[in-house]
Amino acid sequence: MAFVMMRRDKKDEEDGGNPFKNIEKATVVQEARTFNDQHINTRKCCMILTKLLYLINQGEILATVEATETFFAMTKLFQSKDVTLRRMVYLTIKEMSKLAEDVIIVTSSLTKDMNSKEDLFRASAVRALCMITDGSMLQGIERYLKQAIVDRDRSVASAALVSSLHLSRENFEIVKRWVNEVQQATSSDDHMVQYHALGLLYQIKKNDKLAITKLVSKQARHSLRSPFAHCLMIRIASKIIEDDEDSKGSSLYDYLESCLRHKSEMVVYEAARAIVNLKSVQSKDLSPAVSGIVIEQVAITHPLSVTTCNLDLENLVTDSNRNIATLAITTLLKTGSEASIERLMKQITSFMSEISDEFKTVVVDAIKALCLKFPRKHLTMMNFLSAMLRDEGGYQYKKAIVNTIISIIEENKDAAESGLGHLCEFIEDCEHTSIAVRVLHLLGKEGPKTLSPSKYIRYIYNRVILENSPVRAASICALAKLGAQVPSLKESIVTLLSRCMTDSDDEVRDRATFCVKILQENSLNVSVFGLERALMHYVKTDMVEPFNLKSVPVANTRTESKADVPNVTTIQKSATATASKQDLLAEQLARIPQFASLGPLFKSSDKPIEVTESETEYVVRCVKHIFQKHIVFQFDCTNTLEDQLLENAYVEIEPSDEFEVESTVPVATLAFNVPGTTYTCVSVPEDMDLMTGSFVNTLKFVVKDCDVNTGEADEEGYEDEYVLEDVEVYPADYMQRVLKSNFAASWEELDSEHQSEETYVLSSISTIEDAVKEVTDLLGMQPCERSDKVARDKNSHTLLLAGVYVSGDDVLARARFAMAQGQITMLLTARSQNETPLALVHKAVG
Amino acid sequence: MDSIVLDVTLYAVKAILILDNDGERIIAKYYDNTFTHLKEQKQFEKKLYDKTPRSSADIIMLDSMTAVFRSNVDLNFYVIGSSNENEVMLNCVLNGFYDAISTMLRKNVEKKYLMDNLDGVFLALDEVVDGGIILETDSTNIISKVAIKSNPLIQNDDLPLSEQTVVQVLQSAKDQLKRSLLN
Repeated sequence: MAFVMMRRDKKDEEDGGNPFKNIEKATVVQEARTFNDQHINTRKCCMILTKLLYLINQGEILATVEATETFFAMTKLFQSKDVTLRRMVYLTIKEMSKLAEDVIIVTSSLTKDMNSKEDLFRASAVRALCMITDGSMLQGIERYLKQAIVDRDRSVASAALVSSLHLSRENFEIVKRWVNEVQQATSSDDHMVQYHALGLLYQIKKNDKLAITKLVSKQARHSLRSPFAHCLMIRIASKIIEDDEDSKGSSLYDYLESCLRHKSEMVVYEAARAIVNLKSVQSKDLSPAVSGIVIEQVAITHPLSVTTCNLDLENLVTDSNRNIATLAITTLLKTGSEASIERLMKQITSFMSEISDEFKTVVVDAIKALCLKFPRKHLTMMNFLSAMLRDEGGYQYKKAIVNTIISIIEENKDAAESGLGHLCEFIEDCEHTSIAVRVLHLLGKEGPKTLSPSKYIRYIYNRVILENSPVRAASICALAKLGAQVPSLKESIVTLLSRCMTDSDDEVRDRATFCVKILQENSLNVSVFGLERALMHYVKTDMVEPFNLKSVPVANTRTESKADVPNVTTIQKSATATASKQDLLAEQLARIPQFASLGPLFKSSDKPIEVTESETEYVVRCVKHIFQKHIVFQFDCTNTLEDQLLENAYVEIEPSDEFEVESTVPVATLAFNVPGTTYTCVSVPEDMDLMTGSFVNTLKFVVKDCDVNTGEADEEGYEDEYVLEDVEVYPADYMQRVLKSNFAASWEELDSEHQSEETYVLSSISTIEDAVKEVTDLLGMQPCERSDKVARDKNSHTLLLAGVYVSGDDVLARARFAMAQGQITMLLTARSQNETPLALVHKAVG
Repeated sequence: MDSIVLDVTLYAVKAILILDNDGERIIAKYYDNTFTHLKEQKQFEKKLYDKTPRSSADIIMLDSMTAVFRSNVDLNFYVIGSSNENEVMLNCVLNGFYDAISTMLRKNVEKKYLMDNLDGVFLALDEVVDGGIILETDSTNIISKVAIKSNPLIQNDDLPLSEQTVVQVLQSAKDQLKRSLLN
């Protein structure tokens, strides 16, 4: 023995402790030929078989030919009487039964063995035999198997039962015939035999509910010996209880409950689990079930009933297995009351450093849930989280913490100040770029809303100095956001950003330049999506001309009026709402192939125009989409008649003068109360004078009567039409509002360009205020420098208007109002790069 | 993990693994079709090994499976079942297998000795679980089924007696029994 060990030791040093490491399949297959030798060397053959098993185990694939050859050689080994070798042979037969062909040739040898006197052979022989046998062979050995099931030797009986269970998957009908033997085996004295017999018996009878119920109640009354059998019975019982509610569940339930007092832990656990998993379970039943074993699952499904066991759980918190302790704590956190939180937090802190990151993440998640549940406790939580942030930990863990803090900040405004403070400290020393970027973004977003946004500048600017380029870029954006939203800080931030304009990284430099420019001019009031679309469109052209920013739809100017700090949030919300609405429309349009060639959308009318009375059969609203040379009318139709289904509905437009209808996009069906949209596209004439006018619209469709209840429509329909109100196209429709922060400068810029001037008498308007409003609406331009606010008791006023014409030209207008003898006179001066818009301006007023 | 009625089945064990200190497979026996290909198996083993904490015994949840494990020196023993499986039951299997191996290697549960007695380990494994069904969890029974190498009735000269005699086995089994009774 010692000698062998020593020999191995020497060998180990050469091949790294694994004598099987370097064996090769081909060699082993070659070696297997020694099985054919006259004198069988037991030790050597044993070794070869072990090698073979090891190879198969390592996932080496033996080809069928190789396997079959080896298998046949192996059959020779039945001549040896050595027990170990024989058992290795059985094992190898089992392993190779799926690899080699004609494995049934060993059937007779195995059958002989299973009936031999040597008990040690018999069990293994039964198992090997059942592995290689198939349906047709099975009948031949059926007699032996039935005997084996009731064999007095426990291992033989077990082997037979387990093998039968395997066989029953494919040969259920045959195995079913052995039910009497199996029944007899259930009363065996041996634990495992009993377990296997019950398992097989259940398998045989599982479709017979009554028999199974009987089986369980019988076995439940007899005290089973095997804990495994108990577990099996528990599962069967809980399945029966689950399957039919009105069953004699109570007696079965009593059985489950009695199992809770079983001396084997395994049974107690199984029973506890079965009970908490029962859907119909009452909370009073649960209390005994959970005492002792923690299942987090329980907390999720039955939070209330677990509460009663919180005391037990608290004991587990101090368990030496930190995983269990963590589960206990998180369970407690999930169920705990507000008062107990602080105490628990202390406890967690005590062992936080000892558990793995994954469990820490679990704890963090639990805290997050807790914070949302008890907002008042945020201070405790926040301190705890920040302490965790300072500790060692991997990326996932830190990310979880930061996410938690962020969601707390978002949910709970009170927590924002302290939360941001903690995060600021965290990014001072944060090795994870993506987390730092995330935090910086948050600072940019939330910082301006706090009481003293200025204190965040230092933290952010530190990042600019110390970090890698993505973080620097994010910092710059965050700074710019602060600058844009907090006017008092703007100047200093511009200074800081100017320093970054020499950064070594392209992205950082670009962003800095961009932000400085934006902050200084305070104007890039285009809608982001509009810009994106326009740029996409631009890229598709040959890009000879420089990109014209003016062709981009202008975002609602209210976005810029962030100066009113108290209302920032509401203003932003409404701004984003309108912007996204317009973008949504444009998005819809862009998807319609007919309109793809029209170029970028210039403007859509703000509010839909009602072209029907609101209480009529069909409600139609119209939105005008202005393109360079086209107008697309979008009609949103709603059918308010329950008994009608409209098909192929479209609006026929009779245009005035030079307009031409180019295409219509009908809506296929209009069911009751389901809005549908149809489009009509008209081309705009070149001549300025003819660009405006009114359109007579008729909604045309095919009506089909339909059943009110089923919604099914008749097959036949008839054509019908419905006259809509006229839609007007005004000069203002071709004008986009633009805010010029420095009107005078822009005005001077256009000095050399076209100018027109005319005087009007506004006879129908009585006050200057009304006049200003009227003219602004008519022109569709943006009042600048607050010139739309008229001072009281003044007889004169100057209105400054700015806009972009559909062609992309800037249009500026200065209207001087004077009040004399109750009549208002207006001197309107307009400047632009082009003639056409000027004419339009005057046409609009005139 | 909603409330689930557990399947009534004897097929409790999905796999039994012995991995070495580098996470390499020494023995791997998969009993169902969760991982059919070698690649999937190896991936799973790697994941499992990476998740294995450096403690002597514990439980791991991985990919809706439960693995109980015990490790010693440079070996990690795992028994894997579905996540709905009774963990205590799996642990029982693990302990039975581990104790049997431990007895067989005379408490030297180390890779070197394990490799030297690989045939015995294969046989023991075969006796613990059959095709996913728990066959035997009592280490004494397992040993008595396996460690019968030097059957005195069969004389074989070149058998190098690398194993204990029946008497030895019985003795050690008795010792173990005593210990478990005393505890």
